[in-house]
Amino acid sequence: MDFNVIREYLPIYWEAFFLTIKIGWIGILISFGIGIPASFSMFFKIPVISQIVKAYVELFRNTPLLVQLFFIYFGLPKLGITISAQTCGALGLGLLGGAYMAEAFRSGLEAVPKTQSEAAFALNMSKGQLFRLIILPQALSSSVPAVVANVIFLLKETSVFSAISLMDLMFTAKDLIGLYYNTTECLTMLVLFYVIMLLPVSVLGNIVEKKARFSMFGE
Amino acid sequence: MSEVLKIDSLVKRYDDLSVLEKIDLTVKKGEVIVIVGPSGCGKSTLLRCINGLESIQDGKVVVDDEVVNPVQKKASKSREKIGMVFQSYDLFPHKNLLQNITLAPIKVQKRKKEEVKEEAIELLKRVGLENRTDSYPRQLSGGQKQRAAIVRALIMHPEILLLDEITAALDPEMVREVLDVVLNLAKEGHTMVIVTHEMAFAKAVADRVIFMDGGKIVEEGSPEEFFENPRTERLKRFLETFTY
Repeated sequence: MDFNVIREYLPIYWEAFFLTIKIGWIGILISFGIGIPASFSMFFKIPVISQIVKAYVELFRNTPLLVQLFFIYFGLPKLGITISAQTCGALGLGLLGGAYMAEAFRSGLEAVPKTQSEAAFALNMSKGQLFRLIILPQALSSSVPAVVANVIFLLKETSVFSAISLMDLMFTAKDLIGLYYNTTECLTMLVLFYVIMLLPVSVLGNIVEKKARFSMFGE
Repeated sequence: MSEVLKIDSLVKRYDDLSVLEKIDLTVKKGEVIVIVGPSGCGKSTLLRCINGLESIQDGKVVVDDEVVNPVQKKASKSREKIGMVFQSYDLFPHKNLLQNITLAPIKVQKRKKEEVKEEAIELLKRVGLENRTDSYPRQLSGGQKQRAAIVRALIMHPEILLLDEITAALDPEMVREVLDVVLNLAKEGHTMVIVTHEMAFAKAVADRVIFMDGGKIVEEGSPEEFFENPRTERLKRFLETFTY
């Protein structure tokens, strides 16, 4: 292991690191933006919309992100829409994540026992109050573990971005190896940077999970 | 005495399965009705039909001159006149005890926070839970939870209180503390319809006892005649199962 090489590559890795984080988190935000309303539509069984959402969820959960990215990146220009690799990455990740998040939130909503609705109904709560005050808070805390797992999964999926020439961590490592053959250094740094990226999320996720579990079910 | 609840030839069916057949029942203000009967006789379903948790196929339920069931599918003032306590307590796990009790009066009845809080603490004192206002349901025993659930129903000032096997999930030791609360409510003149398997309690609390079987009211009467001189063979057999 040549530490001079590592020192030399460090700025390049940091740049790729921040780009990966940026695109990753934008994608995750998009996935929340899609997933939450999508889960509501499935929970309330809104006609037509819930069927479209189900088809979307199945389509994106059953195809690899790489294929989805290729479709967006090379397919859209054929329709006259050109987008940058970064936009494509965030959009692809958001669409994939949206499908997973929709399922996570839906299972949380459905995990709230029916007797809770009956108790609220017996107190003459309206449907809106029942959802806002009783179901949603409980659903959110029980979907936390699944949501945390999804966030970590999506951040790792960013490694696929390299295939559409997005200069993320994976692309940078492959590029440097291709140019200078410092395989050991480059791969070690790659692993370490992914750990730096994901460890805080894991730790924070554990804390949030514990908090959510405590607020619902006790110690 | 004025009628609080009037059930008029109520019919409840699940597809072809008849659960309740032409039930008629009138409850006067301040009256305590206890319904007993074997499992599956429809007594819990009857309670659920009274407050609109179940749809009905014929007949109607009237509380204080307003039709409650057939349900109008949304919250209504008349439904507020019916309070219900469930076997499984069904407190809201994400709210502490005080919030559980004050949530509906504040959000549904739009009453003032301070006034509701004051009343909640007053009611909690009466059931011996005034020191547990900050506890979450998971930190309470079954008996405590059920007493809290009773307070949660009471604070809405219902005209009539429905108690659906409220001690069935409790340890024997906790049954007493909950039943004592109900006995006090009866003394204070609350109108109640109670479904229970506690025969001694039924005897003590009821003004009128009703025996249901197969979705019908088979026999009804004052506790004395009901337990001492059952008229029908079916009730005799049912009561015998409680003596060894």
